[in-house]
Amino acid sequence: MLQTRISRRHVLKGSGALVVSFAIAPSLANAQAKPPMAKTVAVDQVDGFIAIDAKGAVTLYSGKVDLGTGVRTALAQIAAEELSVPFERVDVVQGDTALTPDQGITWGSLTIQAGGMQVRQACATARAALIEMAAKRLGAPKDALAIKDGRIAAKGGKAVSYGQLIGGKRFDLKVDAKAPVKSPASYTIVGKSVPRTDIPAKVIGTFTYMQDFRLPGMLQARVVRPPAMKAELVSFDDADAKKIPGYVATVRKGNFLAAVARGEWAAIRAAGAIKAKWSDWAGLPDAAKLWDHVRATKAVKDEVFQKVGDTDAAMKTGAKTLSAVYDFAIHTHGSIGPSCAVAEFKAGKLTVWTASQATHLLRKQLAKMLDLTPEDVRCIYIEGSGCYGRNGHEDAAADAALIAKELGKPVRVQWSRADEHGWDPKGPPTLLEHKAALDDKGNVAAWESLVYIPDRPKGFEVTLVAAELSGLPKDSAFPGNIHQSLAIPYSFPNVKATARWLSETPFKPSWIRTPGRMQNTYANECFIDELAAAAGVDPLEFRRRNLKDPRGLELLERLTKLAEWKPKSAAAPAAGDVAKGRGVSYIKYELVRTYVGVVADVTVDRKSGKIKVERFFVAHDCGQIINPDGLKNQIEGNVVQTVSRTLMEELKFSRSAVTSLDWESYPILTFPDVPDVVIDLIDRPNERPWGAGEPAAAVVPSAIANAVFDAVGVRLRSVPFTPEKVLAALKKG
Amino acid sequence: MATSLNLRVNGRARRIRVDDPQMPLLYALRDDLGLKGPHFGCGLAQCGACTVHVAGEAVRSCRFPVADAANKPVTTLEGLSTGKKLHPLQQAFIAEQAVQCGYCINGMIMQAAALLAKHRRPSDAAIKQALAGNLCRCGTHVRIVRAVKRAAAMG
Repeated sequence: MLQTRISRRHVLKGSGALVVSFAIAPSLANAQAKPPMAKTVAVDQVDGFIAIDAKGAVTLYSGKVDLGTGVRTALAQIAAEELSVPFERVDVVQGDTALTPDQGITWGSLTIQAGGMQVRQACATARAALIEMAAKRLGAPKDALAIKDGRIAAKGGKAVSYGQLIGGKRFDLKVDAKAPVKSPASYTIVGKSVPRTDIPAKVIGTFTYMQDFRLPGMLQARVVRPPAMKAELVSFDDADAKKIPGYVATVRKGNFLAAVARGEWAAIRAAGAIKAKWSDWAGLPDAAKLWDHVRATKAVKDEVFQKVGDTDAAMKTGAKTLSAVYDFAIHTHGSIGPSCAVAEFKAGKLTVWTASQATHLLRKQLAKMLDLTPEDVRCIYIEGSGCYGRNGHEDAAADAALIAKELGKPVRVQWSRADEHGWDPKGPPTLLEHKAALDDKGNVAAWESLVYIPDRPKGFEVTLVAAELSGLPKDSAFPGNIHQSLAIPYSFPNVKATARWLSETPFKPSWIRTPGRMQNTYANECFIDELAAAAGVDPLEFRRRNLKDPRGLELLERLTKLAEWKPKSAAAPAAGDVAKGRGVSYIKYELVRTYVGVVADVTVDRKSGKIKVERFFVAHDCGQIINPDGLKNQIEGNVVQTVSRTLMEELKFSRSAVTSLDWESYPILTFPDVPDVVIDLIDRPNERPWGAGEPAAAVVPSAIANAVFDAVGVRLRSVPFTPEKVLAALKKG
Repeated sequence: MATSLNLRVNGRARRIRVDDPQMPLLYALRDDLGLKGPHFGCGLAQCGACTVHVAGEAVRSCRFPVADAANKPVTTLEGLSTGKKLHPLQQAFIAEQAVQCGYCINGMIMQAAALLAKHRRPSDAAIKQALAGNLCRCGTHVRIVRAVKRAAAMG
C-alpha cells in the first residue's frame, strides 16, 4: 500500500528519478501486517469507501480490485473528481475484507459501471457534507462557496481544507443516492488519460505481486496432485523427501498431499521426491467425442430467454431455411504467473493474502472449509498475474490455508505451471444450434437458437480444490449468467432463444473473460452472416437493416468509416494460395449496455490452412469514458487475447486428467501473429459509464469466422480455427 | 551438502549458500536475494517471465543452474538502469503505458534490452521475432512493440 502511494506521488512529477524513492519504501509485508483500524466496511456508508486524514490525503477503499486492467487508477480518478481533490492525493486500498466494502466479485465488466458508481455516489455524499461543514465553519452560505483541490473557500478568501474539516474523523453518513454529482462538463480528471499509478513500479521491478509477497518465518509448500483428477490416495512414502535439506513436513488430509520446506526449491524437490500411490480413475468423457457427450448430457431443463412471435409457424412458411451447429472448445485461463497465496493461522484466526477477484466470497468459502466463522478469516488482496475470471487464485488460497492451519506457521503455496493448466476451473465446452427461415425477399422470417450449457448456480461459488481433495466441507458451484447475449439485438418478427441447462460438464466450470456471451455471440454473429450471404446482402448492411437502436446504428456508421468498409453482396473468394478477407461483427452487450462493432482483416493460407489476423478495427461505445488510454489498453487486450482463444486454444485431456499442462500443449498467440488494433472510441460524457473488460472480446471469434468466409468461401463453426479444421473445410468446399 | 557460491548481481558481489547447485538461478535471485523483477511463470523456459541477463545474454533463469552463473555478471530488471536515470526501455514502457497486469513485462524488457544491445534500430518484424518466445496473456503486445520502438529511437 505504502509503496504504491510513494510511487505515484513521485512518478507523476516525471519518470526520471525513480530508483531512489522506491528504495526507501517500506515493504508491503510490514505495511499490511499491522492490525486493521476500526473501520466500517458497510456498502451503504460513506466511511465504507473513503477516509480523509488530517493532511487531506484521501484513502479510497474499494471492494473491486485491479486484476491488471488499470481500474485502480480509474477508480481513483472517479473519487478525486467527485471530491474535487488532486488525483495524486487519492490512494487506493483494494479487496481487504477487514477494510473494504463487499462490492461483489470483480467480474462481468462491472468495476466501473457498478463499483465506480458506488464510489462516485459515496464521494458526492462526502462532498455535500464537507460543503455543509465549511458553510458553518466559515459562516458563509453554501452556494457562495468555491471548492478546489480539497479546499473550500468563501468569497473574500477565507478558506478551510478537508483535512481541517474531517481529518482523521468519520463521516458517519449513509451514502445518499440523491447527493448531487458533478456535471461532466466540469470534469478535469475523469475523461483524461491519467497514467496508471502501478506501471512505474512494474517496469523497474519493485512492484509486489502476490507471487512476490513474503512473511517472516514463512514456509514454502507445493501440492502433490493426483495423476487422475478424482483418484484416491492409497499410500505415500516420503522417506526420500525427508532427506532433502530444508524439508519440514508432509501434510496429508484425505487426497490432499503437500510437501513443506523452508525454501521454495526445497519444497519443489521434496514434492517431487514423495512417492504416492493413487487409485485409478477415468471418469472424463472421450475427448474425440466431446460434442456427442455434451449433446447426450442429461438436461435439467430448457429455458427460453427471448421469445418474439411464433417461430414454429414461421419456420414452416419460410422460402428458405438454414441451420448451423457451432461449438466452442474448453479453455483454460492461462495466467502467465501460476496462482499463489500466503496464509497464516494464529490464535484461531486465519489471514490469507491472495490475488482472488472475490476476497469477500473467498472468506466465506475458507471459513466453511476450515470450520471457522467468517469473522475469524481475513482475506487481503494483493495483485497477482493477470486474472480473467475465476482461475486458480482461490484454490491456491485454500491450499495455503489448509496447510497453515495444520502446521500453525505462515505458509506460501506457489502453483506450478502444470497445477495451473491442470487444476484451474475451465470455461465449459459450449454447443449451439441455430436455425432460421428467410422469406422470398431475403428477410429473416424466423430465428431460433439453442445453447447447451452447464446448469445455473444457487450461488456463484466454484468449489475449492483443496476442499474437494481433502474431503472438507465445500459448496457446489457453477458459473452464472452464461445464457446472456444469446438473445439478439435484431428485430426479426419471430425469435426464440433457448438455453438447455445441463446436469453436468466434464470439468469444474468457471467464468473466463466474456463467459457465455463470447460463445453465444460467436454463434449469433456467424449465423447472421450466413443469413446475409444467403440473402445476397452485404453483411454490415444486413445488420443495419435489422437494427432499430439509434445508438447501435451510429456505432455501425462509425465502424463503416473507420474500416472503410466497402459493401459486397457475396463472398468472392480470392485466387492464389493466400486469400484476404474481411468480416464484421456487432454486439450490444447483454442487450443492455456497451456497444461494440468490429471488422477483422485476415489472410488464409490455402496450403497450410493457417489463418493470420492482420488487423482489427473496433468501434466502441461504453458511455462515459473514465480513462481513454486505459480503455484502449483493455480493448487491445480483449482483441489479442480472443484472437488467441479463437485460433489456437483447446484444452486437451485423457479419460483421467488434463493433458495440456504447459505452453507447448496449450499454445497461445505470440508476437509475430498479433494483429494491429485500430480503435474508435465513442465518448458520451453525459451518459452513465458501462463496462469494457469483456464486450470487445465477444465479437472477435465471429468477425474472424466471417472474414475467413469472405476470403475462401467456407464457414468455420468450431473454435479453435486450427489449420487442420481450415484445411478440412476447404477440402469439403 | 550445502556449498557457497559467489554471485555478481546488479554490480554487487553476493555470496549465497546452496543445497543444490542445480537449483535454477531464479530461486537464488528471488528467495535468497529478495529480488522481485524476475518472475516464476512456468519453470520450463517456455514463457520468458523469468528472463535475466547472464554475462550480457538473456537467459531463462527458471532453467539456468545457479552454479553456472557463479562469478558471472548477472543483471535483473532492478539493475537495468544505472544511476538515477531509468533505462530507455523502462521510460518507454511507462510512456506507452505498455503494461496490463505486467507480470510478463520483466521478460519483455530484459529480452528487448538484449535485442537493443545488438541492434540499435530493429524493424517491427525484428522486434516481434525477438520477443516471439515471450508470452503475454493480457494481450499487451501492440503496446510492447511500440514501447520497444520508442526506446530504440531514444537510445
